[in-house]
Amino acid sequence: MIRILTNFVKRIFLQLFAEKKQIKLGFYGPPNSGKTTLSNKICKDWLGEEIGVASKIPHETRNVTLKDSVVIKHRGKELSFTLVDTPGIATKIDYEEFLKYKMPEAVAKKRAKEATKGGIEAIKWLDEMDCVVVVLDATKNPYSQVNVTIIGNLAARDIPVLIVANKIDLKKASIKKVEDAFPQYEVVGLSALEGTNIEEFYESLFRIIKRR
Amino acid sequence: MLTLQFVPYTDIEKLDSAGRIKKLLTIVKEEKIVLMQGRLKPEEETGLIEKTMESIGKKFTGIEICTIYPEEVNADLFGRLKKEFYKVLIGDREGITVIGPASLIKEIRRDPNKIQLFTSVPVRRTSPRRKVVSGKAGKTHKKKR
Repeated sequence: MIRILTNFVKRIFLQLFAEKKQIKLGFYGPPNSGKTTLSNKICKDWLGEEIGVASKIPHETRNVTLKDSVVIKHRGKELSFTLVDTPGIATKIDYEEFLKYKMPEAVAKKRAKEATKGGIEAIKWLDEMDCVVVVLDATKNPYSQVNVTIIGNLAARDIPVLIVANKIDLKKASIKKVEDAFPQYEVVGLSALEGTNIEEFYESLFRIIKRR
Repeated sequence: MLTLQFVPYTDIEKLDSAGRIKKLLTIVKEEKIVLMQGRLKPEEETGLIEKTMESIGKKFTGIEICTIYPEEVNADLFGRLKKEFYKVLIGDREGITVIGPASLIKEIRRDPNKIQLFTSVPVRRTSPRRKVVSGKAGKTHKKKR
C-alpha cells in the first residue's frame, strides 16, 4: 500500500517535472534472454555506442550497467532515458554449467560468485525503475517462476511493464506462448540481434510510458 | 529417495516474511522438496531468490520453484468480493508452491495447471533416464519417461 502511494506521489512529481526528468528504463529477465543485446541495439540506434558485452555464455552481465541521456525519437515525440541493463535473475547458479564452455574451474567459480551478487543487485534496483522491459527468450517455456516473480513484483510496485519475446529469428521461437503466459501485458516479438520489429518495440515503449 | 515435505498454511501464517523464507530455505537445504499450501507474496518470492543467491556455495547451488494458482477467468463481482473476504478472514491459502533443491530438481515445468518435476534421480537402478513426477488437480502421478 505504502509502495503504491509512493509511486503515485512519484508520478505526480514526475509529471510536474517531466521535461527535465530522465526515465529510468530497466531491462530485466532470466540469464541469456538478450537483455544486453537489446540494450546495445537501442544504444547503437540513438547514441552510436554499446552499453555492454553480450555473449552466448550465461551470466555475461554480472553488474548493473547504466547509460544516461539516451534520447529516443519516435513519430515526432522525444523521450530521454537512462537505460539500466541488469544481470539475469535466476534461482540457481552452478559453476559446473560454465565448465561446458571450456572455462577454467577457478574462472567458472568466480563467475558463479559474481553472478549471484549480480542477481541480488538487480533485485535491489527494482524499486528505482520508472518502467521495465522484461526480456524473455521466445524459444523457451515462458512459465518459469523467475519470469512470474519478476513480473509479479513489478505489478506489486505499480511499475509499467513491457514484455519482449526476443529471438524471433530462431525457428523454435513462439510469441504466442509468451502472450498466452502473460495475457494482461503488452508483448512485442523481436530479434534484438537482427533488429527485427524494433520500430514496433519503440511504439509499444512510448505507449506504455504515456500510460504511466 | 525423494522426500516431499508438506508445509500447511497454518505453519507459516504467523511468521513474518523473513521467517517464512528462512523456514522454506531450511527445509530445501535438507535436500527435501517443499509442497507449500498457498503462495508467497511477490516481495517474498524476490526475497527468497535474494536469500537463495546469498546462500549459494559449494554444497548448495540454488532452488527450483513453481507456483500454481487458480486463475479467475469468469468470476463476477460478487464472486471476487467473496474471495477477497475469505482471504482477509482466513488468509490466501489458494494454490500450491513447490520448492526443491537444484541439486535434486533439474527443472520444473508449469503448464499452467499442471506441475512436472524433472529430477536427477533415476526411476530404477538399471535406468539412467530422468524421472518425471507430475501433479494435477490434487493428484500425484508417477510415470516413466
